[in-house]
Amino acid sequence: MTGKNPQAVGAGFKPAPAIPVLTSGSHLEKLLREGRFVVTAELGPPRGAERAVVEKKANLLNGYVDAVNITDCQTSVVRMSSIASAQILLEMGLEPVVQMTCRDRNRIALQSDLLGAWALGMKNLLCLTGDHPKFGDHPGAKPVFDLDSIHLLHMLKTMREEKKMLSGTPLEGEPRFFLGAAENPFADPFAFRSRRLAKKITAGAEFIQTQIVYNVDKFARWMEEVREKGLHKRAFILAGVTPLKSAGMAKYMKKHVPGMDVPDTIISRLEQKKSKAEGMDICVEIIGKLRQIEGLSGIHIMAIEWEEVVAQLVERVGLLPRPVASSRQ
Amino acid sequence: MIVARPKSFEDIKKLIQNYKKVAVMGCGGCVTVRSIGGQKQAEELASLIRLWAKREGKEMVVTEVTLTRQCEPEFIDSIKERVGDWEVVVSLACGVGVQCLAERYPRVKVFPGVDTTFMGATIEAGLYWERCVGCGDCTVAETGGFCPVARCAKNMMNGPCGGSQGGRCEVSPETPCVWQLIYERMEELGIGEELDDIRPPKDWSVRPQSMVMEHLRVEKKTP
Repeated sequence: MTGKNPQAVGAGFKPAPAIPVLTSGSHLEKLLREGRFVVTAELGPPRGAERAVVEKKANLLNGYVDAVNITDCQTSVVRMSSIASAQILLEMGLEPVVQMTCRDRNRIALQSDLLGAWALGMKNLLCLTGDHPKFGDHPGAKPVFDLDSIHLLHMLKTMREEKKMLSGTPLEGEPRFFLGAAENPFADPFAFRSRRLAKKITAGAEFIQTQIVYNVDKFARWMEEVREKGLHKRAFILAGVTPLKSAGMAKYMKKHVPGMDVPDTIISRLEQKKSKAEGMDICVEIIGKLRQIEGLSGIHIMAIEWEEVVAQLVERVGLLPRPVASSRQ
Repeated sequence: MIVARPKSFEDIKKLIQNYKKVAVMGCGGCVTVRSIGGQKQAEELASLIRLWAKREGKEMVVTEVTLTRQCEPEFIDSIKERVGDWEVVVSLACGVGVQCLAERYPRVKVFPGVDTTFMGATIEAGLYWERCVGCGDCTVAETGGFCPVARCAKNMMNGPCGGSQGGRCEVSPETPCVWQLIYERMEELGIGEELDDIRPPKDWSVRPQSMVMEHLRVEKKTP
């Protein structure tokens, strides 16, 4: 089959030219390029139209983190849109990282929504393939997956640097997002995970936020591969962490969250102590160990429906106060 | 081959309960090979309907007939003299066969007796797995002979997502992760480095599709 669609046939994928530094003007990008160890956190929008929920959660994070990821209907559950929630954060003076999945939007909708997000002042974008709808509250929804996360990254990089849409149509004003991707070091095949990370970086990822780390040893082995490939010099790597509330939550994650590696030692500690404080202690220890790993640029805290502990966590690991970028405008 | 699942008898009863002249039509193609909608199954379903109609005191004449293939004009034409005897045809062919009958015979109601599920292969007796979605742009040469469009729940084109674990897909523990299979096969073939190439977005062609094979075309006689 030839010549049917220039986007898909014989396009001969070539990495876009190297990016100029500080394209987005985002605070997160500035801090990372200054070599600071950054802290980001996740905010899950409400399952409803209540703006105050976003404001309340954002207030809990304000001043304790450098940027706030806004999830895009995580686990395929319908929530307030990530772009709308990010707009609320902008109005409050916080810096959002917009998460965007390929699950619900084709290439037309993705480009359209993200042009709008840039126009609204959003500067950081995390490009994800997204969970399958099967896991959510509308399991019969049609999965879109027109593009995958690597296509999404490359599309945004091309928009930024060549000022063109995926179709090649010139843009009237290009979005210059600081582009991020996720990677799960605990998924299989393990030997391919760092290679897949390399693909994401080649496609356009400048920062990486990983799946939640509980198995620090396995994460350290993955980071070794990352360093061998020099990927930590091509993108900023932030390790994901989540404080566990209980042994039940730990077991649930181990059993039901795809690609999650929760060692039994952690579960038994939570079973013995039976307190949220133990979950916090474990998280503090994990962050402490992660900071010893060469090539890591920060942590990403996903305190799932537990945003109130983020401030305490950041303080306990000695990462307060959060810096003001020297070049912040 | 096209794989289908029989509709429940309850569903079929609901479709035909208000009619008196019913034909059950098997198909000698794909569904015969699967023992889902061939001559034997058509006979069985027709007997079941007769028994039920008798028990319910319904006046119902049930005929069974099986076409060599319900998707070819010459075989569909073979029943043109008899179609007038029926109000309803319950077709045990795939969705293609059902529609071919409906298009050819606009005065008879054609109901599906099976749910067409996918194009797939027999893994072992009674176990079938989807293998192809007929996307119109086959690129399995780049993926070790395995299709990520048909066999990856997220149509990933650039490697396994974060939900691949122990060779299984996150959507169900029964589903093999096709990217694990692709990875192993390509490494085995010594072409694993091709996996590091980034594949461009897929061309999701316009549907419905049609295709012309000029050398097989026959000149149409004037109607």
